[in-house]
Amino acid sequence: MGEMEVGADMSGKVLVLVGTKKGGFIVEGSGARSDWQVHEPFSVGWPTFQVAHDPSSGALLAGGGNEWYGPAVWRSDDLGKTWSHSIEGLTYGDDGPTIKAIWEVKPAQGVIYAGVEPAGLFRSEDGGKTWQHVSGLREHPSCPEWFPGGGGLCLHSIIPHPTDPNQLWVGMSAVGTFHTADGGKSWTTRNKNVRADFLPTPEPEFGHCVHSLALGANGSMRLYQQNHCGVYRSDDGGANWLEITAGLPSEFGFPMAAHPRDPETAYVIPLNAEGRYVPDASAAVWRTRDGGGGWERLSKGLPQKGAYFGVLRQAMAMDTLDPAGIYFGTGCGQLYASQDEGESWSLIADHLPPISSVKVALVD
Amino acid sequence: MPAGVTTAVAIVYLPASLVTLFPGAPRRLEVEAATVAALVDALNARWPGMRDRICAPGPSIRQHISVFVDGERSTLTTALNPASVVHVIPAVSGG
Repeated sequence: MGEMEVGADMSGKVLVLVGTKKGGFIVEGSGARSDWQVHEPFSVGWPTFQVAHDPSSGALLAGGGNEWYGPAVWRSDDLGKTWSHSIEGLTYGDDGPTIKAIWEVKPAQGVIYAGVEPAGLFRSEDGGKTWQHVSGLREHPSCPEWFPGGGGLCLHSIIPHPTDPNQLWVGMSAVGTFHTADGGKSWTTRNKNVRADFLPTPEPEFGHCVHSLALGANGSMRLYQQNHCGVYRSDDGGANWLEITAGLPSEFGFPMAAHPRDPETAYVIPLNAEGRYVPDASAAVWRTRDGGGGWERLSKGLPQKGAYFGVLRQAMAMDTLDPAGIYFGTGCGQLYASQDEGESWSLIADHLPPISSVKVALVD
Repeated sequence: MPAGVTTAVAIVYLPASLVTLFPGAPRRLEVEAATVAALVDALNARWPGMRDRICAPGPSIRQHISVFVDGERSTLTTALNPASVVHVIPAVSGG
C-alpha cells in the first residue's frame, strides 16, 4: 500500500476517516471521489475524537476515550478490518491527573504524537504500542494556571514542522498555541496579538482559546488559526499573529483547513455566537484566496435554511488531489464533501452519530 | 508470596464490553490470586493492557467500574478467599 500522488490516476480509493461520539467510521469512495460507502464502525461505544492515516506505515490510527475504560489509541494495519489498542505509558503517573481521552493522533517523521485531555503531549516510537510523555510541555511555568473551557482542557491540534523534526506547534483549548524547537524539551507561547476577550488581562501570554491550527502549504512557516475570538494568520511560525476575521459573518467557529498547495488559500466554517450553529441556519464554508484579505461564501449544495448544525474543531479536512477536495462533518451526523475546492458540495453520508473529527486518506 | 498468605482460586466474571477489547478473553474464568490487585495482574499477564482498562493510575479501580468480591464492593487490596466469586461490572449508562 502506498500514497497516491497528486495528479495520479483515479485507480485508488479515498477514505474519509470520521470520529464520532459513538465510534470511528470509514467512509470509502472511489479515486474519482464518488460511490461513497459507510463501513461498519470500529471502537463502538467509545467517543472517538480522531482517526488518522500514517502514510509512512499505511496504518490507520484513532484516539478517544470512554467513561469506563479510559483513553485509548487504536491501530489498524489492514485499513480498518482489524484493530488493536494500547495506552501503555500513556499516563501522568500515579500522582498526576487521570487522562480522560485522546483528542489528537498525529504521525510525523517516524513517530506518532498523541494529544490528550487534560492537556498534554505523548510520543510513541514503536507505532503506538508504548508511549512516552513529552513532559516539557507541562513543565512550562504556566501549566498550574491552565483551566478548562467549555470543550475541556484538551490538546487538540498538533502541527509538525514540514522538515525539522525538532519543531512542533500544539493548540490547547483555553490555553493557546505553544511551540517547541528542541523536540519537546522546552516550549514557548505563540499567542501574540491573539484576542482573549473573556480574560480580564488585556494581552495575556496564555489562556487563549485556540480552536484549530492549520499549516500553510509549501513550508512557508505560515499558520492559520480559528480561535474562540476570531480568525488569524501568522507568517513567522506563530511568533506574531494578524487577525483576518474581517469579512466573515462571525468571529466564532471551530475548524480551519489550509489548501495543500496554495498557502494563500484557507477555509473556515463560521458559527453564530448564540447557538453555535451556522449563521441564519444557512450552511456555508468560507474561503480566502489571499491569506485572509477577503472571504467568499461557498454554499452550493449545502442546506440554505433550517440547518441548525455546528462543525467541531477537528471536523474539516482537505485531500491532496487536484483540484483539492474538502470534507466536513456536522454535530448532527452529516458528512459533506466538495471535490472542486469548495465551489460545490454534496452529502456523502448521513445519520452518523455526532461527528467530532474528519480526516482523509488516499490509498492504492 | 509473604509467609502466611494463601493463594485462592477465584471465579471471575468479566463484562462483555471488556472482553470485546481482548480477543480470546472469556466472560468467565478461574484465576489464582490472593487479592484483587493480584487478580488484575494475572488478567494483565494473559491479556496485556487489561490492567489499564480496569485500573486508573494510583493505582485504583477506575471510577466507573466496580469489582465485587462475594457480593461486596471491593478495592485493589481486598483479599480473595478460596472459591471467591468476583464480578467486574461497568456502571450502567445509556444514550
